[in-house]
Amino acid sequence: MTMNGWLQIAFFCAVLLAATKPLGLYLVRVFDGSLRFLRPIERMIYRAAGVNPDEDQHWTRYTAAMLLFSVASMLLTYAVLRLQHRLPLNPQHLAAVPDRQAFETSASFTTNTNWQSYSGESMMSYFSQMTQLAFHNFASAAVGIAVAVALVRGIARRGGEARGRLGNFWTDLTRATLYVLVPMSLVLSLAMIQQGVIQNFKPYVEVTTLEGAKQVLAMGPVASQESIKQIGTNGGGFFNANAAHPFENPTPWSNFLSVIAIFLIPSALVYYLGRAVKNVAHGWSVWAAMFLLFLGGVGVTYWSEARGNPTHAARGVDVVASATNPGGNMEGKEVRFGVANSALYAVVTTDASCGAVNAMHDSFTPLAGLVPIVNMQLGEVIFGGVGAGLYGMLIFVVLTVFIAGLMVGRTPEYLGKKIQAREVQMTMLYVLGAAASVLVFTAISSIATSGLAGRNNMGPHGFSEILYAFSSATANNGSAFAGLTGSTYWYNTQLGIATLVGRFALIVPALALGGFLAEKRVVPASVGTFPVSGPLFTLLLIGVVLIVGALTFFPALALGPIVEHLLMGAGRLF
Amino acid sequence: MLKQLKPALLMTLVLCVLTGIIYPGVVTGLARVFFPRQADGSLVSVNGRVVGSALIGQPFTRPEYFHPRPSAAGAGYDATASSGTNKGPTDALLADTVLTRRVDSTVTVERGVKGKIPSDMVTASASGLDPDISPANAQLQVARVAKARGADSAAVRALVDAHTKGRQFGFFGEARVNVLLLNIAADSGFPMSMITVPAKR
Repeated sequence: MTMNGWLQIAFFCAVLLAATKPLGLYLVRVFDGSLRFLRPIERMIYRAAGVNPDEDQHWTRYTAAMLLFSVASMLLTYAVLRLQHRLPLNPQHLAAVPDRQAFETSASFTTNTNWQSYSGESMMSYFSQMTQLAFHNFASAAVGIAVAVALVRGIARRGGEARGRLGNFWTDLTRATLYVLVPMSLVLSLAMIQQGVIQNFKPYVEVTTLEGAKQVLAMGPVASQESIKQIGTNGGGFFNANAAHPFENPTPWSNFLSVIAIFLIPSALVYYLGRAVKNVAHGWSVWAAMFLLFLGGVGVTYWSEARGNPTHAARGVDVVASATNPGGNMEGKEVRFGVANSALYAVVTTDASCGAVNAMHDSFTPLAGLVPIVNMQLGEVIFGGVGAGLYGMLIFVVLTVFIAGLMVGRTPEYLGKKIQAREVQMTMLYVLGAAASVLVFTAISSIATSGLAGRNNMGPHGFSEILYAFSSATANNGSAFAGLTGSTYWYNTQLGIATLVGRFALIVPALALGGFLAEKRVVPASVGTFPVSGPLFTLLLIGVVLIVGALTFFPALALGPIVEHLLMGAGRLF
Repeated sequence: MLKQLKPALLMTLVLCVLTGIIYPGVVTGLARVFFPRQADGSLVSVNGRVVGSALIGQPFTRPEYFHPRPSAAGAGYDATASSGTNKGPTDALLADTVLTRRVDSTVTVERGVKGKIPSDMVTASASGLDPDISPANAQLQVARVAKARGADSAAVRALVDAHTKGRQFGFFGEARVNVLLLNIAADSGFPMSMITVPAKR
């Protein structure tokens, strides 16, 4: 580890902290409707779609709207991918995407996962990338934000007059897109193009290299997709190598912009929570829990990658970083980013449910590979996906309040609302749904021939590849230990189903929880009320997140990265 | 539930047009106006002929050129098949490859590497298209390149120094040398008469 590496990480943290409150305040104004400068466009959209923007929807109607929108957009994408050979903007004459991959890709992009079993430059036309994949980058992010905002409204609405109503899904969706995602993406796109990200519709360029060989350079409208992929924590790259590809992420500065863009909205939404429930300290306490978990992850990953691979060191590789040698474990990393930026990126992208990568996680040292897996298994609650992180963490907040209530023997309350059987049932449904999807699917693939056939590595690392895949799909992350061959009927169908379970089997309980809370009257705080701000609450929340995660996943992790770490130390190869 | 069906279908179409057609169109238009060179891939020309992109690595195997990192993109630096090896830390094949590459580099460096070699020299990049190598990696290749070109080592070393980019804004990323741009400069500074296209000054 170098001073310079830590300096870059510290700078990242400083910018994140500085941006959280201003962007959070902006979000408050977007979702209470007081920001109106795009009113004419908004009106046009509502009229075209036949939406009544003033309707305050009951949570069941809000959920129905969200589900129908997701299904409609998923079917549209499936159709376009299957028909891309007949559609315009396909200068390379790429064929239709096979059915299994079209299913998984449309499920995956609808759920904000963006797992790529396909290679963008050889399988997706510009039309498919732009009108479907980039569109889902916006839509799935906007849906995530809408759900989080609705859940926060459920918590915030007072006195039971809301009767389970959570706002209007269509206006939340539209406003998240118009006021937040599109403007931010426009600005980031231009900054990225200035650094060298490409943006054109030209056919692939064929050049003759200095040595006289032919090289074909893949082209495309990359920047417009790259920016929303980061801002919307989507993560699906235009190219196979994702943000490691120099046309997606050409410089250390473009890398910094990408990685900060992933955390901006998730972090600001936590501040939004504090404002919306009129308890700013509560927002910051939740933020602190996320931030500490994030720092822990960065520390472990950077340390492990900077130490490098002892097997390689024994074979004459200089793993000690200096001004002229990046050092550490450089397998699967780019020189311009080096070890520190690759470690930071890996932790951020798996804390948030982004899944973009600027280094190949599959080639990380075992403990550095463990951190992304754990981040995803904890449910993407460390800042998390846009919206998804906040509603995921709120589930854990309710659980924390409930456990604290049990410990002191009082009916637990959260911000003045009693947490009772129905609410706890919803939180447990959420926690168990995710755990079951990860563990059951991993177990099946670990014993089935078709599952085992996909591995690119033998020994415990092969198991880690499978565990990573289902953790990523369920958590709607989309990054991979990419050696795993995912483009088979076996993995396409199972991973596709895992993304759908991980999204909708968790959103519905979250919205139900919001609805139930919106039905409740507020009871005044008393001396027995457990405070939801301050260091005690922050530590308890971290404890609950870690304990739930550890109890669920430790056995599986022990079989994968943990045993691999021990064997690597002993010099064992597979 | 069915009352929401019509808005669901229409909203899908409206947002698809807005974010999938209008937005990328606007970005493309702005890119054309402000950053046309970058938007088209930062292409590099020598004597009016496009020889590659400054951002995309390309294969070099001849002794007079600086060599890039090992690549897992297709058969090596295939810019339509970006990829890393995705080999894990306990992979026996990877460990063997590292050893072979170390021996190879020692041979191609042609003066014997006494100490350890830089970590980027024997490992494949994430994209398989890494345009850069570390300064230590480039310096190790100076002797070979100078000998093949019949040039003075000190002059080639100075060329490498001139092409070494420090950290961006002083602290972002790592120091690096762009292999294609360095090799173009080597061709023009120390031409290989008859072998490559001479670029006389």
